[in-house]
Amino acid sequence: MKEILVIAEHRQNELRDITFEMLTLADRTAGGNYTISTVLLGGDTTGLDGKLSGMCDRLIVMNDPALADYSADAYLAVLSRLITDRKPSITLIGHTAMGMDLGPALAVRTGIPYASDCIALELDDGQLNVERQIYGGKINTHLKLKPADTYLAGIRPGNVEPMSAGDKSTQLLDVAAPEFSEGQRRQFIEYIEAAMEDVDIAAADILVSVGRGIGKPENIPVAESFAQKIGATLSCSRPVADEGWLPKSRQVGTSGKTVRPKVYIALGISGAYQHQAGMKNAQTIIAVNTDPAAPIFNVAHYGIVGNVMAVLPELEKHF
Amino acid sequence: MNIVVCVKQVPEVTDAELTISSDGSRILADDLEMDINEWDNYAVETAVRLKEAHGGTVTAVTMGDEDSEDVLRQALAMGADEAILIDDEDFEGSDAVGIARGLHAAIKDRPFDLLLAGVQSADNGWGQVGLVLAELLQRPYASLVVDVQVDGDRLTVQRELESNTLERVSLPLPAVLTIQSGANTPRYVSILGIRRVRNIDIEETDADDLGLDEDQIGVKSSSVQELKLSLPAMGEGAEMLTGSVEEICDQTARIIREKGGLQ
Ligand SMILES: Cc1cc2nc3c(=O)[nH]c(=O)nc-3n(C[C@H](O)[C@H](O)[C@H](O)COP(=O)(O)OP(=O)(O)OC[C@H]3O[C@@H](n4cnc5c(N)ncnc54)[C@H](O)[C@@H]3O)c2cc1C
Repeated sequence: MKEILVIAEHRQNELRDITFEMLTLADRTAGGNYTISTVLLGGDTTGLDGKLSGMCDRLIVMNDPALADYSADAYLAVLSRLITDRKPSITLIGHTAMGMDLGPALAVRTGIPYASDCIALELDDGQLNVERQIYGGKINTHLKLKPADTYLAGIRPGNVEPMSAGDKSTQLLDVAAPEFSEGQRRQFIEYIEAAMEDVDIAAADILVSVGRGIGKPENIPVAESFAQKIGATLSCSRPVADEGWLPKSRQVGTSGKTVRPKVYIALGISGAYQHQAGMKNAQTIIAVNTDPAAPIFNVAHYGIVGNVMAVLPELEKHF
Repeated sequence: MNIVVCVKQVPEVTDAELTISSDGSRILADDLEMDINEWDNYAVETAVRLKEAHGGTVTAVTMGDEDSEDVLRQALAMGADEAILIDDEDFEGSDAVGIARGLHAAIKDRPFDLLLAGVQSADNGWGQVGLVLAELLQRPYASLVVDVQVDGDRLTVQRELESNTLERVSLPLPAVLTIQSGANTPRYVSILGIRRVRNIDIEETDADDLGLDEDQIGVKSSSVQELKLSLPAMGEGAEMLTGSVEEICDQTARIIREKGGLQ
């Protein structure tokens, strides 16, 4: 049977959620017509194998001290060899800090068609169709990849509800990594955890969150005053932290913090998926945006089309 | 340190109303404003700061129509020394590999120590061009870079991972980096600043000059073909609060009180 291959992702001894999301998507795409294999590269993956059993038909494990932490050159060498040898119908890789780093070079090196940041997949008689988003999530595009016997697809994280367990009988294949010591140019040194700062936005009951739509740093105090009045904590989207209008510790999203407050008030935030991933599980989401088509309204419970600087002072009077 | 930085002009769409033609083949939008891709702006700033610290030159390169000269002028005003415009409609419909081939052909004979690009472009968001270029150049690379330190003939960079975590990696020069937003604070470019660089010659080139044909670039070489466009599903969608500002705020305050457990 033909194969769908999932590149497992883990860091600091923990499998990343994207691994389970990809396995779920693989299962759905396979529809029983493909075997699902996972490849797990690492230094010592003993603690991780078990968590994948039941979720795929085959688990290919390669352990080597040089594969302990993700490293572009080593992963490229090993995975390009594996894909060339196995020729799976599709290989799935996360559109994550690891997969975004590895995917393009892996596709060029193996010469296979690659679509990154996909939100849906379909195998049409062996040919791959994908759906992805363009223009900041305002438009979806449906693409057909050119005929090939093997494809690479980068999968958007947080887009599939992952299964928590599976009932497949998983065959474990412990294989030696092919020789890859040549061409090791980039070296991993260490992980750095961002320092905890003044407040932990993840602990707040109510978050007043500002995005680029707040306009300028001089407007931040207006949101801050409102937040204080209702006993909320101030958080933000990435550009607000990038610009230094608020500290990085206040950033909500994939590269910031994940929050689940009782109420999340998004002010001038468009709702890019990296932002949504950090806040969509808030109990109640209220969004204020001048653009009625802003993607944030797709996850919000209540929406207000309006200028945040006009709405905020008026709203504050109600408390 | 000689640096090449790839830039791109993109339409500003966050505030724009985008719709789709009835056959799903085209995006309909009123005149969109064009600007330098957000991530590229951080890449240019990174390049100029490295030049200021270590000497050398910065060359900005873009692929696009003649209007793309604007982003090159912006890079020059920020401190780039030279600029290259690859302008040829034969590149239309290229995938990331086709675009990277064009950029590669334009810069491969220049001696450089570092090639920079933005992590992704705001329009198509493939996030591939810079890294495909690295592989075509057979150079080591790192993506999602927020900090660059030069140690002799090596770089130590910080890559942004998920959940407030970074990693430090080291790689030998010449190398390719894609720069993440927030890596620095890009300098402001005034109209006067742009005017000051208006006489700098921009080197123009096309597919013929670069020795590229339709098997390597454009629609024919592309590994993806667009079938149709659609508007994203609305999910359950938000309940939109309407009325006067007074009425909207009244409702909103009630929701915040109730859901937030305030008295
Ligand atoms: C690898 C990677 C990781 C990322 N991680 C994160 C992350 O953790 N968190 C995050 O937030 N982003 C992240 N991003 C960035 C993300 O893709 C978006 O660029 C970002 O979320 C956009 O922020 P924004 O909504 O504030 O700005 P924009 O997208 O510019 O949106 C501004 C919004 O404000 C509205 N607006 C304008 N004026 C007003 C007004 N007066 N009143 C009301 N509304 C107004 C506009 O209509 C628009 O919808 C990441 C990107 C990458 C590539």
